Amino acid sequence: MAAEPFRLASGGRIDRTRPLRFRFDGRDYTGYEGDTLASALLANGVRITARSFKYHRPRGIMGAGVEEPATLVELMGADASANRPATTVALTDGLVARSVNAWPSARFDLGAVNQLFGRFIPAGFYYKTFKWPDWHLYEPSIRKAAGLAAAPSVPPEGAFEARHAHADLVIAGAGPAGLMAALVAGRAGARVLIADEGSEAGGSLLSRRLTLDGTPAMGWVAAVVAELATMPNVTHLQNSTIWAYREHNLIMVHERAPQNPSLIGRNWRVRAGQVITATGAIERTMVFAGNDRPGVMLASAVQAYVNRWAVRPGSRAVVFTNNDSAYAIAADMAHAGIDVAAIVDSREVVPDHARMQVTNIPILAGQAVTAVHGHRGVRAVSVAPIRGGASRRIVCDLVAMSGGWNPAVHLYSQSRGKIVWDARLASFVPADPTQPVLAAGAANGALELGTALAEGAAKAADALAALGMAAKAVQVPLSSDTPYTIEPLWTVPAPRAGAKRFLDIQNDVTVSDIELALREGYANIEHVKRYTTGGMGIDQGKTGNVNIIGAVAERQGKTPDQIGVTTFRPPYTPVDFGAIAGRREGPVVLPYRHTPLTGWHINHGAVMYEAGARWRRPGLYPRPGEAFQDTVNREARAVREGVGIYDGSPLGTYELKGRDAGRFLDWVYTNVMSSLKAGEGRYGLMLTDDGLVLDDGVSFRLGPDRFLMSTSTGYADAVWQHMERLLQIERPDWEVRITNVTSQWMNATICGPRARDVLAGMGTDIDLSCAAFPFMSLRDGHVAGLPARVIRVSFTGELSFEVNVRPRDLPALWQAALAAGAPFGITPVGSEANHVLRVEKGFLSLGHEVDGTADPHDLGMAWVMSKTKPDFIGKRSVELRRASGKARRELVGIRPLDPMCQIPEGAPLTPAGRKETTEGFVAACVWSVVHDRWLGLALLRDGQARIGGRAHVRLPDRVIEVEICAPVFHDPKGERLRS
Amino acid sequence: MLLIHCPFCGPRNESEFTYGGPALAQRTEDPAAMSDADWVDCLTVPPNPMGWLEERWWHARGCGSWLTIRRHTVTHAIDEVRHGR
Repeated sequence: MAAEPFRLASGGRIDRTRPLRFRFDGRDYTGYEGDTLASALLANGVRITARSFKYHRPRGIMGAGVEEPATLVELMGADASANRPATTVALTDGLVARSVNAWPSARFDLGAVNQLFGRFIPAGFYYKTFKWPDWHLYEPSIRKAAGLAAAPSVPPEGAFEARHAHADLVIAGAGPAGLMAALVAGRAGARVLIADEGSEAGGSLLSRRLTLDGTPAMGWVAAVVAELATMPNVTHLQNSTIWAYREHNLIMVHERAPQNPSLIGRNWRVRAGQVITATGAIERTMVFAGNDRPGVMLASAVQAYVNRWAVRPGSRAVVFTNNDSAYAIAADMAHAGIDVAAIVDSREVVPDHARMQVTNIPILAGQAVTAVHGHRGVRAVSVAPIRGGASRRIVCDLVAMSGGWNPAVHLYSQSRGKIVWDARLASFVPADPTQPVLAAGAANGALELGTALAEGAAKAADALAALGMAAKAVQVPLSSDTPYTIEPLWTVPAPRAGAKRFLDIQNDVTVSDIELALREGYANIEHVKRYTTGGMGIDQGKTGNVNIIGAVAERQGKTPDQIGVTTFRPPYTPVDFGAIAGRREGPVVLPYRHTPLTGWHINHGAVMYEAGARWRRPGLYPRPGEAFQDTVNREARAVREGVGIYDGSPLGTYELKGRDAGRFLDWVYTNVMSSLKAGEGRYGLMLTDDGLVLDDGVSFRLGPDRFLMSTSTGYADAVWQHMERLLQIERPDWEVRITNVTSQWMNATICGPRARDVLAGMGTDIDLSCAAFPFMSLRDGHVAGLPARVIRVSFTGELSFEVNVRPRDLPALWQAALAAGAPFGITPVGSEANHVLRVEKGFLSLGHEVDGTADPHDLGMAWVMSKTKPDFIGKRSVELRRASGKARRELVGIRPLDPMCQIPEGAPLTPAGRKETTEGFVAACVWSVVHDRWLGLALLRDGQARIGGRAHVRLPDRVIEVEICAPVFHDPKGERLRS
Repeated sequence: MLLIHCPFCGPRNESEFTYGGPALAQRTEDPAAMSDADWVDCLTVPPNPMGWLEERWWHARGCGSWLTIRRHTVTHAIDEVRHGR
């Protein structure tokens, strides 16, 4: 037996001088350069290449391109990739692939036992069966069985990249219409980008034996491609799928084989002036019992294998059609040496132009294939008259079916262009556009080659006119193609109950599933789709969707245009995630922000955390061998008992200038800021218009019309957006200018009872005495010889000086502080210890206690809301909420009854710890260095009234009882921070 | 990816902008004068038409201007962009 028993001796667009070895499901085969995995498998006579999704039925290769519904493979090794249609995998030497959804292989699949239960797995099976008592009980095992191939476990070798481009005209598809359009637009000097999904240009011409002006059509293709290559204004991409058509003519192109050895793929984002969709047409299946058996193929696919890849997919064939296109295909099959036993045409009358093409093949008009015999591959078919009558059996190993052609309207529909039913073609075609887009050729319903070419030229001229450019006249070559007519046959009656007639091969959706959905009231086509999953999956129903619409229409006594079509969405074909991401992977997805001290922190053993807004801050500075909690305790204790220092640079800082700056702050904060004197500051809460806390921070007056405002690190951008919006949209007449100075000032914050001693030791011209420089004030001067702005705020509850300097001076300032602080044991403090300190003091933290649902009353901060101001942002809503008198979650302190019991932050509180709706959650829980025990903060329903009582934390494995207390554990009068 | 013609920067990709929701009536000078129902309505019932809609966009990664844009919610066509309200 020959190495490739089904390969023709000559012909095809393969290179017989370049044989390739590959492996499929553990067996070794050979093919040629130019093959796809599918054509090589067929050449080797591999008939069972897949198992179906739900029933694990044996399946073969049905299509020849992106429409392939049956054979999905997983590529292994360096090419690792999941769920690739075998028809779109270019064969390479050493390729290793295996079928998905089959174990151990497609030929011997243990999951095939599902076929026995087939009638128990109808549409909606999961929805109905796994409801009781709880979906979560079933979820793990269903998730395991669901899906197809496994995702590769290691990153691919090589990189993806993004490319941005502009074009006057983007053309989708380099078939006859697309090439013609590119020729016209290219000659007119327009910037053209033409992209085609195939490995070479030509589209349908690659697999048909047609002539143009009397010579083979591929000669014309080669001439056009060569001319386009000479035009500097034309970019021609093959192996490149336009997978999405987005707003404002943004076209996404997935280039799969860029000419660069380090690249796996490239994603183009092209902004186009005009777009022409010349995406061709896709053949439909016929819907009859057993239409999924290995050996049943799309007629156009058989034609492609015979002509393009020189492969005979069978020896004796039956062609089953409802339209004229299959006749030329039958002739091509006979020409390649396939014994075509009969053309079964469901139409009573076959047009002469079709008959004339197949003078030696019997035509059975008005008949249909009613059943396929052979479980693991076609052995024979039953054929019977449509009007009823005796059936006969025809022995064959190949069925070439043609249910008619669907213009590929996907991109046109994605562009929001309207698509309408064309009764003449029995399919949907483009109608009114909403973006600057034109459809041409088969994608526009021009299914004959001559009209497709003429349309390509004409639409290019239209696009040029819209761009203000002129097209030169072009000679459209004369084509040998014949006319196309169709009489749709949506479903062939089932020969017996239970016979499966597949509408969606990939998702195992049958006519019975559709009928069940309709019986259960899912009459809308969108509901039919979701209930049955018909038209979903990797192929997105390219061969089946219109049949589903036709089948529904037939059963409801309607026409397909009354049923309508489901929405086409990107991607047109699967796209690598890597291509979409491009170089945006790893640390460059969102770069970190650094302070000038990042290097120092890391060199001194800091474990770096993200502190919001992508700032990196030290979390803690463990000493060698020191346990996590020991480090945190040591750092926190240093601040309480001696002195600590931390890098506070990331805190958001804004300078507000202008006549109305004070008035503006009064409006955005709940309290009055305009009464501050120069150098004085005040803590404030900023609310949203619905009266919830957006942010908190301290504002200082710098001068008559100048303020300095600080925000939380993570909310700095949100606060800026909020303020700019108010100024530009609501109060454009107010004179306020906001400048983000977060990175203009960097600070080291020295905190603890000895902070003043350290600052004095560093040398400063600022009077540090409490009388001259009280809490909540700001002084400009020098520290350690550096120009500095020193601010007395406290985030720890201790005496604290925030020393702000120019960024370049921060390392020098830091070193000076460490030197001056050495006698006092100054300790660098990370955000873990800061968290402990602020919880002990009951200071709020955005993202912990302030979670977007709390208002000032809930946080026990009613005092911060001015009673005298007529309005501030959020006032009206806070009042409205208070007037309702409904129970709220309020901030409280919690102490576990067992002081050694740590509670996970975020743990829910439920009434008495029962499995009930939560009444709050634990916002923070820390080991207190003041009290030597665990304690925390919580938001609890009616919490303030429940102080002194008990609450219960409900964990998966236990309940923790806590005592409710006031949310401050240290220095409630604030004497230390004011000292 | 919308293409927004910023009056200061020219045509720019949507990724430079931050969406600010549909345009609402100018914020009242005196919220206390509004009825509770009117206040709740103006906070929680934004316009949501199938068709033309005025909405706010912030040119956050550009000039920082808050823009008002008239956009068609079905076709995404934008026929007006202006600074402020």
